[in-house]
This record gives sequence, structure tokens and C-alpha cells, in this order.
Amino acid sequence: MMAGLNGDAAAHTALLRQLSAYLRAYFKGQLFRIGQGPTEAEDLCQETLIAIHTRQHTYDRSQLLTPWVHAIARYKLIDYLRRTKAATKDMPIEEVEEEILSNSDSSAVESRIDMVALLAQLSPKMRQSVQHVKLDGLSVREAAVRCGMSESAIKVSVHRGLRALSLLVRQRNSS
Amino acid sequence: MKTDDLINMLGRNVEPVASQKLRNTLVIALAFGTAAAFCLMLAIFSMPASASGEHFSLKLLAPAFTLSLVATGTVFLFRSARPGKTRTGSLFLIGAPFLALLSASIVALVLASPAAWSGTLFGPQWVVCLICIPLFAVAPFVSLIWALRKNAPTNLMQTGAITGLVSGALGATVFAIPHPGGSIPFVFIWYGGPIILCTLLGAILGPRLLRW
Repeated sequence: MMAGLNGDAAAHTALLRQLSAYLRAYFKGQLFRIGQGPTEAEDLCQETLIAIHTRQHTYDRSQLLTPWVHAIARYKLIDYLRRTKAATKDMPIEEVEEEILSNSDSSAVESRIDMVALLAQLSPKMRQSVQHVKLDGLSVREAAVRCGMSESAIKVSVHRGLRALSLLVRQRNSS
Repeated sequence: MKTDDLINMLGRNVEPVASQKLRNTLVIALAFGTAAAFCLMLAIFSMPASASGEHFSLKLLAPAFTLSLVATGTVFLFRSARPGKTRTGSLFLIGAPFLALLSASIVALVLASPAAWSGTLFGPQWVVCLICIPLFAVAPFVSLIWALRKNAPTNLMQTGAITGLVSGALGATVFAIPHPGGSIPFVFIWYGGPIILCTLLGAILGPRLLRW
């Protein structure tokens, strides 16, 4: 986490990957009890990862990491339950079993979020910036040259774009 | 979207995170809100002439009370901007200024004759207190909510209440500048009351405004 906070991309990715496994297990366990499947858990897992990424600055470097992550995960879970309200899905027991068996391969689970469709809802400037910097893997400078914008403008629109995306994801999940 | 793709996306072009960011946003919001409330006060009352000598100690009572609330409240505000549990036990620290002033005003009322009670309770401009303190609290409240939304409070009701308390106390501090001041029971009721009102409003509005 420390290396990630200081700007080490590899360490940050490794951390997110480790956390995603932990979060997936946590959400699956919690959601299973109310009869929701791995897809919802995956949605929540991704939402939490985005939250962890965009709110890194709220982590107090003198404290332990796990309670911080857990607090965010718990908040996202409660928020999810509150906004879906439905909470319990009526489902015959045989179907549940079938669904669990058919979805047991955890790595293959995709959330219902379609990145392309979401990107299309952003403004052209934000979409371009996010696409270049985050999806195509250009450096900020390269993206700036390609879009004809200043580097700080790219950074700002990437930041805003990610924020807008997480909002869209949330709206999607609650509808 | 696969989670792995998301992780790869988030992991590209990582930038160092400023460790002071949380503190800075909150401090900026506090300063901005206070300044806005101060300007509003100037627009309504215009700057008062220097405090008159005889009421000077009474005039200091209200700011001392409200500033102690701002100080204790701000400590908790900074804590609740981070995810995780705030130790609620120490929340009672906020109650300390209230308790101190309550006991002092009871003593003052007991010492005074019952006939003078209504005079001390309904001091100068009590209606103005009731209206202006919440009014001056609006700007700090809005700017603090804005700042907290950039952070990650997890107990929204409690955070909202603390935000309401701090902005109410800030509004009262600003209001105390033009106000002539009053007796101890007066300050307790007509300064403390509106601040508690702001706290309650914050607790109600918090869960709606602070979601992230």
C-alpha cells in the first residue's frame, strides 16, 4: 500500500489484485446468505476497488490497512443493501443449488458492467483521456500530445472521468 | 467487465498520493465556510464598534463557548472523514462545554431572584440569535459537506451530526461578533439551542448528502 501511495504502479496493481480476492470472498459470503449470486458480489467487489483507488488519501499511513479496507467494504455492502432494498430474492432451493454450481468458477465471473457502453456516456474529452491513459496504457504525456491538451488537463479529465464512471456504475447497480 | 481488467485499468499511471490531502480539503472547507459566514454577517449587521468596557467579560462568554465546541467538533470531524469506527466514548468530550455551561447557568439562576429570571433568560435579541445562528451555519455546512464527500466517511449519520455541530458553532461564533452578549443562562439557551438544532439537522441530512 505504501509503495502504491508513493506512485509505484506495480505495487498498486498487486495490492488491488490481492484485495480483490479478499473482497470477492467477503461479498460472496455476505450476499450468499441473502440469496444473491456471484455476479452481484463481483459488482460490489469492483465498486469497492474503485472506491479504494479513488479514496486512497483517506488511508492513515500510521494505521493498519485491513481495518480501512474492511470499513470501505462494509460501507459499500450496506449501501448496496440499502439501495436495492429487495434484499431477499425468492428462489426455490433447487435453483439456488444449480446457480451456485454453474457459477462456481470464480475467475470467470464477469460483472454486468459493460465498459464500452459506460464509456460512451462520458463527455468526449473525458472518454478520450480515460481511454488513452487507463485502457490503452499511454503515458500522460503521450495522451496529452495525441489529444492536443496539456498534461494537467489530461490528468484532470482522467480523474473526473473515473469519478463519473464510478457514479454510472452505481446508478446502474441500483436500477 | 472482468475485475482483472478493472485492476489493470486502475493500476496504470499511478500517481503519488499527497498524504496531507484529507487534512487540506477539510481545512480549506472550514476556512471558506467561515469566511462566507463572516461576509454574510457583515452584510447584515455591518462591523460593530469596539466592545464596550462593562460588558466585555460577558461578551467573551459566548465566543469562548462556541469556539470550544468548534475545537472539539473539528477533532471528530477529521476522524470521521476516514473510513472505520470513531471511538464514540470520546464523543462525550463535545458534551463537556454544554455540561459546564448548563451547570453554570443553573447556579446563576438559583442565585438570582425568580423575578429576574425572565430578564436573564430572554436577554437582548434572543429571536435574532435563533434565526441568525442557523443562517450563518449554512455556508460552513455546505462547504464541509462538499469536503467530506471527497473523503470517505462511513458512519453518515454521526458524521452529519458532527458537521452540523461544527457549522452551527462556527455560525454562532461569527454571530457573537456583532451581538452584545448576555447572561450565562442566555448564552446556554439561545446559543446552545440553535447549535443543537443544527446538529440534529446535520444528523438528518447526513445520510442523504454524504453518500459516496
